[in-house]
Amino acid sequence: MWKYLFKRFLLMFPTLFGVALLTFVLIRVIPGDVVELRYSGDRGAVSQEVLDKERARFGLDRPLWKQFGTWVLGIARLDFGESMWTGAPIWQEIRLRFALSLQVAIMATVVAVALSIPLGVLAALKQDTWIDYAVRIFSIAGLATPSFWLGIVFILLLLIVFHWLPPMVYTPFWVDPWENIKQLIWPALAVGYRYSAVGMRMTRSAMLEVLREDYIRTARAKGLVQRLVLARHALKNAMLPVLTVIALEFAFLIGGLVVTEQVFNLNGLGLLFVQAVAHRDYTLIQALVMLVAGVFIIVNFLMDVGYAWLDPRIRYR
Amino acid sequence: MQRPLARALGAVLIVIAAAIPAGAQDKPRSGGELVFVVPSEPPSYDAHQEETFGVIHPMAPHYSTLLRVDPTDKTGTKPVGDLAESWTASKDGLTYTFKLRKGVKFHDGSEMTSKDVKASYDKIIKPPAGVKSLRKDMYDSVTSVEAPDSNTVVFKLKWPESSLLLALASPWNWIYKAEIIAKDPHWYETHVMGTGPFKFGEHVKGSHWVGKKNPDYWDKGKPYLDGYRAIFISASAAQVAAVRGERAMIQFRSFSPPERDQLVQALGNKIAVQESPWDCLNFVSMHHEKKPFDDKRVRRALSLALDRYEGSKALSRITLVKDVGGIQVPGTPYATPPAELEKLAGYGHDIAKNRAEAKRLLKEAGVPDGFSFTFKNRGIPHPYEPLGIWLIDQWRHIGLSVKQEFIEASAYHPMLKRGDFEVAMDFQCGFIVEPDLDLARFVSTSDANYGRHKDTAIDDMYIRQARTTDIEERKKILRQFEKRLLDDEAHVIYTLQWHRIIPHLAKVKGWMITPSHYLNNQLDTVWLSE
Repeated sequence: MWKYLFKRFLLMFPTLFGVALLTFVLIRVIPGDVVELRYSGDRGAVSQEVLDKERARFGLDRPLWKQFGTWVLGIARLDFGESMWTGAPIWQEIRLRFALSLQVAIMATVVAVALSIPLGVLAALKQDTWIDYAVRIFSIAGLATPSFWLGIVFILLLLIVFHWLPPMVYTPFWVDPWENIKQLIWPALAVGYRYSAVGMRMTRSAMLEVLREDYIRTARAKGLVQRLVLARHALKNAMLPVLTVIALEFAFLIGGLVVTEQVFNLNGLGLLFVQAVAHRDYTLIQALVMLVAGVFIIVNFLMDVGYAWLDPRIRYR
Repeated sequence: MQRPLARALGAVLIVIAAAIPAGAQDKPRSGGELVFVVPSEPPSYDAHQEETFGVIHPMAPHYSTLLRVDPTDKTGTKPVGDLAESWTASKDGLTYTFKLRKGVKFHDGSEMTSKDVKASYDKIIKPPAGVKSLRKDMYDSVTSVEAPDSNTVVFKLKWPESSLLLALASPWNWIYKAEIIAKDPHWYETHVMGTGPFKFGEHVKGSHWVGKKNPDYWDKGKPYLDGYRAIFISASAAQVAAVRGERAMIQFRSFSPPERDQLVQALGNKIAVQESPWDCLNFVSMHHEKKPFDDKRVRRALSLALDRYEGSKALSRITLVKDVGGIQVPGTPYATPPAELEKLAGYGHDIAKNRAEAKRLLKEAGVPDGFSFTFKNRGIPHPYEPLGIWLIDQWRHIGLSVKQEFIEASAYHPMLKRGDFEVAMDFQCGFIVEPDLDLARFVSTSDANYGRHKDTAIDDMYIRQARTTDIEERKKILRQFEKRLLDDEAHVIYTLQWHRIIPHLAKVKGWMITPSHYLNNQLDTVWLSE
């Protein structure tokens, strides 16, 4: 098992290098740069001399391979540089937003797991009954509803019915838990619902497949009670694909809630990503892509560990 | 469908009518925190080197300027003293002497003197190596800034400059502490320390900015507020929701007409609306080196095709434009009188006659019926997209077939600079309504002369209007300038003046709209009625 995990671990590095190279090239293919954007404001008439000086200050006048080399060497020292837009260290820009994004991702995952696994199992156990149909309708609606749209509906309902709007400024949980929950519960529900729909359908189909397996029939034949059959034999085996879906969705939520964060005005990584792209803040975009790629890679690695724990065939390979 | 809209518009009119006299008559009340939305965020903290209102809105309350634009002047064109108590100009207009207020303190407790004003202006006009100053060109006429004693500042000029006082009231020219600038001219890029009505509280990037009342502010009794909180919200729907849910009281840039109507409908008499022509404008640039736009008959025809008055009625319902104006914001001192305006090509009310003339000009210039070209527009919803669609429709009426191409925001200016267009949407936005500032881009040598016209008459008129100190004479030159720019040569085509709409909670008092979203942001006069 250790050899398997070590191989998986080593694979992280070429993946990250590929991501770094691709990001660096792609962002520079898009027309316009941070200097142009920063100084083409409402007057739109800044002299070429100012623009050239600024480009030189950011090193944008150097050959691309030199820019890439400097950046990669910086990453190797865990130095992501400074934001080209604000001049602040990248880690500072990200640290501020990471806590919020992580909390929303965790809360949405809790909502998703709390809904998807019990309902998915229930739908499988009550296949083709009204309960199954209700769960399937609920999950299809979740898949068909974009979370940002649901967020807008939440906001409008809160405004129209309760004349109340969630707080617009993030308060960390340890500062004021109630204020924190008041702000983040709505995006967590909006995102968690769509997320749960994916998990619900996956749980249902995996459970249906597992429940037809010989070893389940054997367990039942041995006289095991239904609860034990389900918990020990069926659910554990059905969890493999469900775990994959949940883990990948969780990784996606760290930087992928672009529109939902705009709807709720959440100062998270998704919004930062959009702003960084809009500003052509190369250093920040590169750092964010690396962060999200890093999260995906780590989650994938943990999933591999999870697979090994859940499936002995992988463990003993 | 139309009834709610009519109701909303009726409510807007009532609220506008009710809000302004009430604001003027009420007695200011102290206390409370003003919460407002800022759709952008400061890249750095140094206004001398920034261009975005995202710097001005949250940070202007920390600073003072030598002069400021009168916060009670709706035209936003009257300079009054801020740190300057009084001033005099020499008869030849070459020397301006400013007497500073005594007892003004920086937020660190040190006294503000003329050395600080001199150091700040030296940084703006002659920045040290490695320091940017985006508006230094505005002070080309200034030879020196002197501080003969601790409360006197003298500006010496090479030639008389009619716009000097307004240039010194620029909302960007914050007065910094000389000692700090001398030690590190970059210090203000990352720190805040001024003499303004509010001290710096905190800035959480991407989230909010907090200011706290400065108890040592020179204007005793002000500010009225205990503090303010600026919340950064980029999405316009979230901005509207913030005001509607009363999480924020005001947004100082502008909302669109539908957003205004939505807020008025939802909040009724809890909201007041202030509106003003806006010192921002979209105009059409035509590449003078590309055929057939090198022919002034073609350019004039394109302007003659526009029914600006009907366009104003339709577009002002859906986007941020309204007034038909000339080279200065309607209602301001150098604005074109309506009777004069109607004489310009494309500004007359008889649209059938205008379009017949346009067709004649196109025929005379040898442009075939159905001639097609590409109009490059900036990919921003308001007001670029509706304006672009309107323009294309108007040009269709004179037999032109125009294809619109949207250019992504960051690629837009490089496209204009490269001259990679035949006809393109251009824009400008001023921070004070002043001909020198608004018209500089039309001088042949300007970096922003994207249409690449060469016109020595325009250049000469620009200099003459800038250097005359006689207001009537200046108006006369400006009318000639306007006729040449928009009619005789039709170097550019003005569309409609932007229209600024600020709906705010009715409890916000003491703030008056001006034509510029860069003005009136010090918040010293603002108070909350409840």
